[in-house]
Amino acid sequence: MTSDKSFYEFISNGVPGPEQKVDADNAILPARKLAFGRFKELGLPTVKTEEWRYTNIQRYLKDAFTLAQEEQGTVTAEQLKSAGIPQLDSYRAVLVNGRLQADISTLPTGGKITVSKVSDAAGNPQLQAWFDKHPHLQSQPFAALNAALFADGLFIEAGVNASLDKPLHIIHVYTASANAFIQPRHLIVLHKSATLEVIESAVGINDNAIAFVNGVTEVVLEENAELWHYNIQSTVKNSRHIYHTSTTQKADSRYHHFNFTLPSAELTRNNLSVALTGSNTETNLHGLYLATGTQHVDNHTFVDHLVPNCNSNELYKGVLLDDANGVFTGKIHVHQDAQKTNAFQQNNNLLMSEKANINSQPQLEIYADDVKCSHGFTVGRFSEESLFYLRSRGIGEEAAKSLLVNAFAFDITDQVHIPALQDFLAEKIRQYVAGAINN
Amino acid sequence: MLTIKNLHAEVDGKQILKGINLEIKKGEMHAIMGPNGSGKSSLSSVLAGRENYTVTQGEVIFEGKNLLDMSPEDRAREGLFMAFQYPVEIPGVSNLHFLKTALNEIRAYHSLPAMESKEFLKLTKEKQQLVDFNANLMNRSLNEGFSGGEKKRNEVFQLAMLDPKLAILDETDSGLDIDALRIVAAGVNKLRSADKAFMVITHYQRLLEYIVPDFVHVLYNGQIVKTGTKELALELEEKGYDWLKEEVHQKESV
Repeated sequence: MTSDKSFYEFISNGVPGPEQKVDADNAILPARKLAFGRFKELGLPTVKTEEWRYTNIQRYLKDAFTLAQEEQGTVTAEQLKSAGIPQLDSYRAVLVNGRLQADISTLPTGGKITVSKVSDAAGNPQLQAWFDKHPHLQSQPFAALNAALFADGLFIEAGVNASLDKPLHIIHVYTASANAFIQPRHLIVLHKSATLEVIESAVGINDNAIAFVNGVTEVVLEENAELWHYNIQSTVKNSRHIYHTSTTQKADSRYHHFNFTLPSAELTRNNLSVALTGSNTETNLHGLYLATGTQHVDNHTFVDHLVPNCNSNELYKGVLLDDANGVFTGKIHVHQDAQKTNAFQQNNNLLMSEKANINSQPQLEIYADDVKCSHGFTVGRFSEESLFYLRSRGIGEEAAKSLLVNAFAFDITDQVHIPALQDFLAEKIRQYVAGAINN
Repeated sequence: MLTIKNLHAEVDGKQILKGINLEIKKGEMHAIMGPNGSGKSSLSSVLAGRENYTVTQGEVIFEGKNLLDMSPEDRAREGLFMAFQYPVEIPGVSNLHFLKTALNEIRAYHSLPAMESKEFLKLTKEKQQLVDFNANLMNRSLNEGFSGGEKKRNEVFQLAMLDPKLAILDETDSGLDIDALRIVAAGVNKLRSADKAFMVITHYQRLLEYIVPDFVHVLYNGQIVKTGTKELALELEEKGYDWLKEEVHQKESV
């Protein structure tokens, strides 16, 4: 399935449906067909579509791409190492273009927490119950396209009271010998009182081709479950990414999500949404985006307070330089029944060049009267006085700027509970600032 | 150590320094006094390399090198230190991490290896006791939430840690009560040595009761109009600056 010219045209008009696929996941075929119908109905967005106003997706889809369902690709030990996090003691699941590579993975054993391919688990009742069911995905064309035609992905299930002695690190490897449209699909289900720490990171092996990744992760937290979910987005230059992460939280559950978007991809669009369907939940959404060159980073978040007594806290911070473009849209919907809601949102930006740009839009829809909600947005420039202070102590301009960016990001990185990950992020930020200054 | 010759500088097109001449030798303590707006803080800013100042004439030689050609960080690495009048608060940068970075950047400039953590902590403890700096403040974010006195003491602590050849104290006494002033001055006195020099900028004579200068210079209207010993500071305290201003104007009108 290749488009010889504009993929946008191809996907809008010519793409064949899921029944054309020869895959072992027939149990999902009905859901795929439904999603395909939905995709056809929704159509691809344009800049006139409200949610895509600041991200002209047509621009990023005008090249030719292959729908890379079958592309296997291989990964060398060296490449794998570059995707790793030094000093991190973890279980490891390596995926190449969405497919789990068991031979180079170290998966948890013991059976209470299982990590398998979606294609192998297609008949699993949990998968059947939750796959593509998240309410917020129903209006999203790219999520529908993913559900209809995804290649494969991970299904992670943690049993009642299950937990792991160390985090699970998912390494996504994207390879493309020619321009490829890669669609991974994951589902994470934590049963009652289960806890898990998941770190996702990505690496691209596609120097001469463009990898367009359209990924979806659904998360289900049953009562009193807790998930720490770290997503580190840093891949090669020739990549474009649209991610949907949609989480359902039942009563007393806790969800801590981190989006670290570090420079590399031309386009990163994150759709993060959480539906709070049970009371007394806690939701912490942390985001840090660093963009340079002509990179475009767009974070759309949505916290849906459907029931009373839930707490959500959101902090997104961005550092933009050169001609980079940032978008933040944070929606909080407090339904009429969701009394005693606490919902806070903050978006702070540091612009390090005259031409960098940020569009930030809080969207609060509050229909309950006994709630505490707030939002805030700031955009600032580098403090010259702080920079001079550091330099006057012998610290070079590059190191001084790196210190200041790390300081700006501190509120976010400080919330990371894994020291090796904290160190890794600080080093990434340092490299980023050094690269930006030496450009 | 430091030779300033006919230094002219302007900021936003306005002439602030109008021909400063000054020679500072090893082991000396120089006080720069003067009324508000005379150019005292501008002098320290120009020496430290603050970017909004433009030097229009003159030169500054520091240990045989042209200071004005250097970036602020290189001036510091060559051994110049300025204690700020208004130290900056930087949330998220820990005091210790900041100092370690500074110290190691200075060492790298002199081709010395980075200091081992153990050695660094030992030095920290020693200097913190020497200048009586509260150990609890060291792990906090740089100056964040520090009182005025704590900030100034942190400047003196940094001075002790970085061990410069020439230290400029820019109105270090401003905003300090008498107890804080005593502690800061005691810290500075402990750091005095035969191979170090100090330039203390102050509006009041009070600080000079605790830090006794070898020379006192009076800056007025961008120039040094009088130089003397510590007695000059006492005279200024007694008579104010007006008599000097009159003297200058009389000279000009002659």
